[in-house]
Amino acid sequence: MTTDAKTKQIEQFLTFELANEVYGVEILKVQEIRGWEAVRVIPNAPSFIKGVLNLRGSVIPIVDLRERFSLEQAEYTHKTVVIVLCIKHHRTDTFVMGIVADAVSDVLDIKTGEIKKAPNFGSQLDTRYMRGMHVYKQNMIMLLDVDKLLNPDEVDAMDDTVSSNFDELQ
Amino acid sequence: MSIDMSQFHQVFFEECFEGLEAMESGLLSLDIGDIDSEVINTIFRAAHSIKGGSGTFGFTVVAEYTHIMETLLDEMRDGRRQVTKPAVDVLLGSVDCLREMLTSIQNEEEVNMASAAKHQAALEMELHGTAGGSHAPAPAHHEAAAPTPVAVAAPEPEEEEDEIEEEQGWKISFCPYLSLLRTGNDPVRLFREISELGELTSHATIEDVVPFAELDPEECNITWELKLVTDATEAAIKEIFSWVEDDCAIEFAPLAKPKKAKKPKAAAAPAPAPVAEAPKVEEHAPVAAPAPAAKKPPVEADASKNAAPKASSSIRVDTDKIDTLINMVGEVVITQSMLGLVGENFTMDKVGLLKRGLAQLERHTRDLQQSVMNIRMLPISFVFSRFPRLVHDISTKLDKKITLKLVGENTEVDKAVVELINDPLVHLIRNSLDHGIEMPADRIAAGKPEMGTIELKAYHRGGHIVIEIVDDGRGLDKNKLLSKAIEKGLVEETAILSEKQIFELIFMPGFSTAEQLTDISGRGVGMDVVRRNIQSLGGNIDIISELGKGTTIAIHLPLTLAILDGQSVAVGDETYIVPLVSIIESINITEKMLNKVAGKGETFKLRNEYLPIIRMREIFNVKSGAATKPNEGVIVVVEGQGALCGFLVDELLGQQQVVIKSLEANYRRVEGVSGATILGDGSVALILDVPGLVRLSVR
Repeated sequence: MTTDAKTKQIEQFLTFELANEVYGVEILKVQEIRGWEAVRVIPNAPSFIKGVLNLRGSVIPIVDLRERFSLEQAEYTHKTVVIVLCIKHHRTDTFVMGIVADAVSDVLDIKTGEIKKAPNFGSQLDTRYMRGMHVYKQNMIMLLDVDKLLNPDEVDAMDDTVSSNFDELQ
Repeated sequence: MSIDMSQFHQVFFEECFEGLEAMESGLLSLDIGDIDSEVINTIFRAAHSIKGGSGTFGFTVVAEYTHIMETLLDEMRDGRRQVTKPAVDVLLGSVDCLREMLTSIQNEEEVNMASAAKHQAALEMELHGTAGGSHAPAPAHHEAAAPTPVAVAAPEPEEEEDEIEEEQGWKISFCPYLSLLRTGNDPVRLFREISELGELTSHATIEDVVPFAELDPEECNITWELKLVTDATEAAIKEIFSWVEDDCAIEFAPLAKPKKAKKPKAAAAPAPAPVAEAPKVEEHAPVAAPAPAAKKPPVEADASKNAAPKASSSIRVDTDKIDTLINMVGEVVITQSMLGLVGENFTMDKVGLLKRGLAQLERHTRDLQQSVMNIRMLPISFVFSRFPRLVHDISTKLDKKITLKLVGENTEVDKAVVELINDPLVHLIRNSLDHGIEMPADRIAAGKPEMGTIELKAYHRGGHIVIEIVDDGRGLDKNKLLSKAIEKGLVEETAILSEKQIFELIFMPGFSTAEQLTDISGRGVGMDVVRRNIQSLGGNIDIISELGKGTTIAIHLPLTLAILDGQSVAVGDETYIVPLVSIIESINITEKMLNKVAGKGETFKLRNEYLPIIRMREIFNVKSGAATKPNEGVIVVVEGQGALCGFLVDELLGQQQVVIKSLEANYRRVEGVSGATILGDGSVALILDVPGLVRLSVR
């Protein structure tokens, strides 16, 4: 494929709201969208892992992106949704995870060429998890690279609370 | 006619691996000096079907390689060759090599030709070295017994060139029986094949051809005189004719040297004759392909009967088990329709009937579940069958005399256990071979029989399966272990350890008592990995050893990894499952039974024993619900890692069978949790890893 054809290729993104900001994830990663329901808490998990859920027989973890991005907390309401994503890991493994969002808004067609690289925020903000940015109707949409964001290794790296309780006991 | 052969590849590979296993176990059971010809036959048949199959599928490398093995085996079968230990070892090596080749082909990788060539050279060495460099006896008669399609697909390996003798060609008289064409064979194709070996001239004798009116197109009335100028061996040519050996009379005679130059010219004229026959022959061409395929199955079946099926992604299930399952499903369907009938016009007076129906349904569901679980159960011989080879190889390498006894190979375990237990067992057996059993001289000096024994046992005990590795070797030296541990700084010098604790030291990372490192074991990595693997299967490992007498390593594993009986307990708003097998009892305690050690560690007194208390709320950081005082909650006394301990929970909820779901599939391992399950209301509950929690508490 030529570079030209590649920039013209259209990708679809599912956009959702989180603390009045709009985020987008590649729609091909989205497995389903479901309403928020109570989860089972995992002991000593990092705070952004809300717990695990029964998704038709498999147990999937639910990640709260507000906590992941250190945004203010919100009550879970009947509008709160869980977007179930299929995460690729190490090329071959796939993980199913859910992310909590305030609401889903739209599906956008975005040309690959129109995705702008996320600016460098220095150490203030980690942009590794960003696919890029896109402006739609004067709104800025942050496109997430969920493979990187929800990579289990990343979860481990983020997790400074692991077995802290156990350490105390020992 | 084109068939997509790749759809059969999986089956082919499975059969090949089965064949290889049959060969391996056959070779190992060969008793040098007293050869059971049936065993050799079994090995031969396995080799033969691998050769046939790989030829059919176009894996000529494998076919050529197997051919040499087959020749060697054939000679042994006929008693023309002594079965010697070196020969058996070479054959064992080739089994490994073949397995490697097939694995590469299966994974669509390049075959490692270098290693193949090495083994092939060793094989040929064996073949010709003792046969005095003479011709490899033609595999004629066995080919006749089991025609193999490989003949066409696999040209003779070049390696046989060293057999070339003076003759520069062959005179072949080929007299097909009338029925040759009916078996789907086509002389034209045979000739084409031969002509690839050298310059071919043919003369057709058509004297026997009947008048046209009486001609049956399905009968072959022509005989041929063929002259082939080639440097190929008789065996190579016979190979081509091996398909039709049953259907023709064939004679080979070497061409005399001086005639070589003249003959081709002389015979040139009649050459068109076979070509003229071609149309007649081609009518039957389609028959040609299925024929060899149809002949093959008996051979294959024979091989697989003797082979232990290999544990792969597919699973072979006893038909009995399936029948039970079908019965069970029938019962469930009947109960369901009965309940449907009750529900259709339900009135309160039918409550009794409904209850009975539900009870029946419950029973049937449980039975059904059990029979489904049974399908996952495989005899442990899937794992054990590999060890005779391992012991054979390593004991030869170490110059030790060791017999391996297998006990309880038919004990059934979960498929997942079968897959995961192999590596730890290999490691433990290597250890026993290398460190456990002494050299023959040392054994005699110690007053023990020269021949060391390793026993591999499997049996059921309670809800567990126990695998024991018992050797009668030198045993573990407690003092040596302890001083080594102190030297390595793993243990305080002043520490007083029980015998059991000392033996446990060998599971510490980096701990090895072997004075010398060998390539078999002794690097001190491994035992900790072994224990970790076994613990990840939900099992544990114990060592009993007596210096000078031997060592017993016992592995306890849960029977199945997919389902367990659990006790659900409540902690705050959370529900956890405690595996029932690890629960000793559950008690309400009173203030009097509580003690605090140094104001911190909580213990309680149970029948003159002090047990530590683990507060589930604290260890799992549960925030919901009010904190419970020990005397308000329930203490669940559990056993794990041989130690007792009390879990403080808020409430006991109920017992149920739970299906284990992996947390790691989508998340990762969580400390203190062995998995998750889904409760009747659809919510998730976490299953406690009792040994893990106990371990944490006693550390």
